[in-house]
Amino acid sequence: MSRALETVGAWLLGVLWALPLAYAVWTAFHPAEYSTRFVPGAPLTLENFAKAWAAAPFARYFVNTTLLVAMILAVQLVLCTLAAYAFARFAFAGRAVAFLLVLVQLMIMPDVLIVENYRTMSRLGILDTLWAIGLPYMASAFGIFLLRQTFKTVPKELDEAARVEGAGALETLWRVYVPLARPVYIAYGLVSVSYHWNNFLWPLIVTNSVQSRPLTVGLQVFSSVDQGVDWSIITAATLMTSGPLLVAFLLFQRQFVQSFMRAGIR
Amino acid sequence: MSDSPTQPGASGVAAPAPASAGFFRSWSVHVQGWLLLLPAAVLLVTFTHFPVVATLYHSFLSNPRPSRAAVWVGLDNYRAMVEDPVFWQVLGNNMWFAAGTIPASIALALLMAVWVNGRIAGRSLLRLAFFTPTVLPMIAVANIWLFFYTPGYGLLEQVTGLLGLPSHNWLGSRETALGCLMVVTVWKEAGFFMIFYLAALQSLSPQLGEAAALMGAGRWYFFRRVTFPLLMPTTLFVLVNAVINSFRLVDHIVVMTKGGPDNATALLLYYIYDVGFKFWDQAYAAALTLVLLVILAAVALGQFLLLDRRVHYQ
Repeated sequence: MSRALETVGAWLLGVLWALPLAYAVWTAFHPAEYSTRFVPGAPLTLENFAKAWAAAPFARYFVNTTLLVAMILAVQLVLCTLAAYAFARFAFAGRAVAFLLVLVQLMIMPDVLIVENYRTMSRLGILDTLWAIGLPYMASAFGIFLLRQTFKTVPKELDEAARVEGAGALETLWRVYVPLARPVYIAYGLVSVSYHWNNFLWPLIVTNSVQSRPLTVGLQVFSSVDQGVDWSIITAATLMTSGPLLVAFLLFQRQFVQSFMRAGIR
Repeated sequence: MSDSPTQPGASGVAAPAPASAGFFRSWSVHVQGWLLLLPAAVLLVTFTHFPVVATLYHSFLSNPRPSRAAVWVGLDNYRAMVEDPVFWQVLGNNMWFAAGTIPASIALALLMAVWVNGRIAGRSLLRLAFFTPTVLPMIAVANIWLFFYTPGYGLLEQVTGLLGLPSHNWLGSRETALGCLMVVTVWKEAGFFMIFYLAALQSLSPQLGEAAALMGAGRWYFFRRVTFPLLMPTTLFVLVNAVINSFRLVDHIVVMTKGGPDNATALLLYYIYDVGFKFWDQAYAAALTLVLLVILAAVALGQFLLLDRRVHYQ
């Protein structure tokens, strides 16, 4: 009896959770006159997507976001790997203090330092570029922490064996540590890509042209300037911008969930 | 190194003394360690540590004018803050926002995790429904919810209309606007936190449950006395993340209300954005940022003290 009640409760919550997205899908794929009329058999259309695509430079926004996400992840992987290796295997002077200073970024994320970071970007003369959006996030405390934990579990014997064969520090890192941490790299990569694909406030502040705007900011500009545009088109644009990530998520659901799990266990 | 006492070239001894080899090795460990750390350290210092210090410094300066540079004004910005009714309103909003969203999203996350972890029908579909909001951009989600709340023809109005309730401007009235944003936040975050509970639940030994069942313990009793205490570290982790997020996530405000009506939905970070980048009062924005930093530091300290007290019984 209580089991059945729980199943009903779970499904009710599930439907409630899926409702906004289902609603968006309905509105985007139907003509405007059906956007709030839920009649079965309403004609399906892709016209909202076509109109949205034509109304704003979404192609450019897609390129910008893709470049941005790839750029951030590439630099993050290199920097975090090097730093994590230092913390895991080198007993250098000041290691404990340096590690604490790295962890500060877990609490005080670049997201809240918008005023000063804007000042810095303006002084560097790189406002309104992809670099300005990405730079504050490239040394990621989260990535360093995650990889350090992983590297520490690598048996020291493997490290020493590589050293005996004459491998230097970087070669050992590349041949022994990096291959063993592959699942963690995938987990971190998925978390990083979805974070930066979705990031909004900082890109909104440092960009002001089509050349550097990512999708999220582009979507906001599109949906706030064109107040006259009907909801069907805005919803289509909304789904379009989250589309690639959503499709990737649906295809690789298991990996996504496991990645977020792995990234959270620390 | 040039004044080292054992210079192999000078003394003609080829093999270096063991002591000096040890010195050289540890010296190379320091250098290699710091070199490996250097690239990340430079960026971290530039974009995290330096801005924190610069925030403090700039909060004591005035705004530069075309005619004169910024000057030291001492505590003026803070005095203005104390006298700024909007600041207190925003701080209050943020407290309400945190108090409303954090317990709700954690409780729902735990409930979802227990359901999805159990033998419920269609659990992979449920997990999908719960987790999907997490991968969507907040900005996109906010657009969808904006439509949802639209007076007149939004879905919410249609439902309340069917029930015969009067029309209500959910985002446009001071009483309901913040609550509407809280619902969006809980909806977005619960599935994210569910994942961490799910991971923790899956790492618990199934024998615990079997043993409890043998001893005739009810499911609720078992959850309350065994599962929940064992999940304490996860709860703490989720709690800290939820607190940080409640001060960090303001994307939906930009889309849905822009802080209005009458600042009823402005949170601290949104106010900083408003002051710093719409009114370009960067000196005051620096002072406001410092308040935010102090709050985050307090959270960090709280986490540290809690962790110290051992939150689980193992």
